[in-house]
Amino acid sequence: MHKIATREDLETSRRQLLLDRKKTDKTIILCGDTACKAAHSQEVIDAINKELLMQEMDATVQLRVTGCHGFCEQGPVAVIEPGNIFYCRITPEDAHDIVTKTLRDGEIIERLLYTDPVSGERIQTEAEIPFYKAQDRQLLSKNKEVNPCSIEDYIAIGGYTALAKVIDNLSPEEIIHEIKVSGLRGRGGGGFPTGRKWLECYEAPGDEKYVICNADEGDPGAYMDRCVLEGNPYLVLEGMMIGAYAVGATKGYVYVRNEYPLAVKHARLAVQQARKCGLLGEDILGSSFSFDVDVARGGGAFVCGESTALMASLEGKVGEPRPKDVHTVVDGLWHKPTTLNNVETWANVPFIILNGASWFASKGTKGSKGTKILALTGRIKNTGLVEVAMGTPIRHIVFDIGGGAINGKAIKAVQTGGPSGGCLPVDKFDLPVDFDVLYEAGSMVGSGGMVVMDETSCMVDVAKYFLTFLQDESCGLCAPCRLGIDRMLEIITDITEGRGTLEQIDLLEDLADTVTQTSLCGLGKTAANPVLSTLRYFREEYEAHIINKECPAGVCKALIEYSIDPEKCTGCGRCKRACIHDAISGEKKEPHVINPELCQKCGICRSECEFEAIQVK
Amino acid sequence: MNLSKLESILKGRNSQPHQLIEVLHDVQDTYGYIPEEAMKEISKTLGVPLIEVYRAASFYKAFKLKPSGKYVITVCNGTACHVRGSKLLLDQAMSQLGIKPGEVTDDGLFSIECVNCLGACSLGPIISENSSYYPKMTPARLRKLIDSIRQEEKEEVEHAQDSYEGRSGDFASAASPR
Repeated sequence: MHKIATREDLETSRRQLLLDRKKTDKTIILCGDTACKAAHSQEVIDAINKELLMQEMDATVQLRVTGCHGFCEQGPVAVIEPGNIFYCRITPEDAHDIVTKTLRDGEIIERLLYTDPVSGERIQTEAEIPFYKAQDRQLLSKNKEVNPCSIEDYIAIGGYTALAKVIDNLSPEEIIHEIKVSGLRGRGGGGFPTGRKWLECYEAPGDEKYVICNADEGDPGAYMDRCVLEGNPYLVLEGMMIGAYAVGATKGYVYVRNEYPLAVKHARLAVQQARKCGLLGEDILGSSFSFDVDVARGGGAFVCGESTALMASLEGKVGEPRPKDVHTVVDGLWHKPTTLNNVETWANVPFIILNGASWFASKGTKGSKGTKILALTGRIKNTGLVEVAMGTPIRHIVFDIGGGAINGKAIKAVQTGGPSGGCLPVDKFDLPVDFDVLYEAGSMVGSGGMVVMDETSCMVDVAKYFLTFLQDESCGLCAPCRLGIDRMLEIITDITEGRGTLEQIDLLEDLADTVTQTSLCGLGKTAANPVLSTLRYFREEYEAHIINKECPAGVCKALIEYSIDPEKCTGCGRCKRACIHDAISGEKKEPHVINPELCQKCGICRSECEFEAIQVK
Repeated sequence: MNLSKLESILKGRNSQPHQLIEVLHDVQDTYGYIPEEAMKEISKTLGVPLIEVYRAASFYKAFKLKPSGKYVITVCNGTACHVRGSKLLLDQAMSQLGIKPGEVTDDGLFSIECVNCLGACSLGPIISENSSYYPKMTPARLRKLIDSIRQEEKEEVEHAQDSYEGRSGDFASAASPR
């Protein structure tokens, strides 16, 4: 890519790139995201590449490897344009057919099409698949159009025109006003109005200011930010450039989770490419605006999702938060005014600038505007990344997009907002995805994790899971969080092991209140949410553990016994071979038995049995 | 410990305390853990008190103070994996290998790690073995994976033994896990 020194250069490059694209008449878009790679998409990509060369079709067909398409459950996936043909669960052995039949002869390969689990029909195009049809993919749809290692691809689809627009036509005040009017709120969990944050940073005294992109996505069960940064790092950078121009920053940082190696790689590459063509550096697009970005790797500490802890980490220190009586927009990184936004927040900025604040504000509810990316996972059929307009009811997401429960089980709850969020029961599924509504209901939108649970999940165990996570991740700086989580976990452990009393529930609520009121940072203040929300909506499960000494979901080991139903057992011996504790015995073709003395209640036998003969009581 | 690699990591980072986390990452990537000698060198070069280097190295999960096994089995315990039975995988790995998370088997071959989220939640439960991912894992498949690695290692050792008997070679270095 050659130097882009002015707005005209950008326009010329874009036109040229579009002409180049027209030289190929077909495009096969393959997902090379971490999740699809886990499903061996790299082998598929290599096989298709090889096949295209062998058939001498590499000049007429463009192979584009992109970031996440969203439907990770069906990976590896591919889309063929024109035609929007969607193939899923592709193997390297399918490469020959895809190239010769579909790409050369225009034939559809039935076996690779997606089968709708509800109607049983095969669906030919991506747009018709219910999982996609029910979404509003403003940000995610761009992933498909861009090879995340090619700045040319991004420029071809109009990349950096929002930056050019602000540099040419808008003053910092006008940009901030636009963001304010759009109603954009922080996508990282807090939901703070972005425009207000920018304005405070803009007004803060000082010549040296910073912008930071928080890509330290620590919530377990959430991967929206990974997919945006991995799939379209240029978009995030453009958002940061606009933000930096608005608040008056000359330096930015992308703080990215080290557990996401591909996101680190793509972010670094995007920065290098932008520097090379002059979109980062001095006098950007012929203006007096100078800005540069560095990529820093996180150390794997959940607390670094908190803004002050993240800044401490960027300064090379231990990630401990500090009191925020003076906000980071005034006293942030190296005590300079700093604007920190999450990946998805930055990614929304170029669209607001290009399409206008009213376009953004036309989607969503009164207090929550635009779209939100959600990581829809857990015990449902269609798992993946989903983008919907704010205000979409949870029911629509879980059942229409997610396709409902797996294995005919009944869905019980959805956990939103990660460890700071809560669990909402099925009768609250008509609630919309809205910052304020979910907060009122005892949970939060958070960064967008949505983990669906069915009757096989014990809600007391879920609370214990999050407390264990938070106990491990608490930085230990303030006593309420450090000691409060410890004590709450002690009580919950008592309950799951059959030693709980009803009085302990009162104590638990009391402790939860203290931790919420008195912890130093946002993570401590919300640490009790998983306990409080499960107590609020699933109190009967707590009582069953305490009064009847039973775990209704059959999860809590101290309260359950494993046995084999002799009627159902065929004596195949799979459970016996699988048992790592030698607790199962029996002759071949005879019903087997579990020795309760040796059984560790791990449940591995149940996962092996094909005849549902292993019972839990 | 080969100090020349450390030198190249520290090059150009003199008196830059804010580079501490990045330097620790580079050391971890190069040596597989943060050796004590490395911490001393880092302290001197960056101008950060040794206690602060140790504090950061022990605070952040990304850094290990001891070497890991040749094969690191990482079990994801994110929420999505948890509700899809990641606990079973951890039980399987711990029982089969006889170690707990953070420990290394006596032969130096395996270690188990738990991670809060690998970010591939839609494919849970997921584990990784070094840099390979295994989506929708079951205890049975994990058992086979561990068995197959053990088998491969055994064959390698036997092969090394054969070549040792055939011609004079350094058996000890061929058979050592790293």
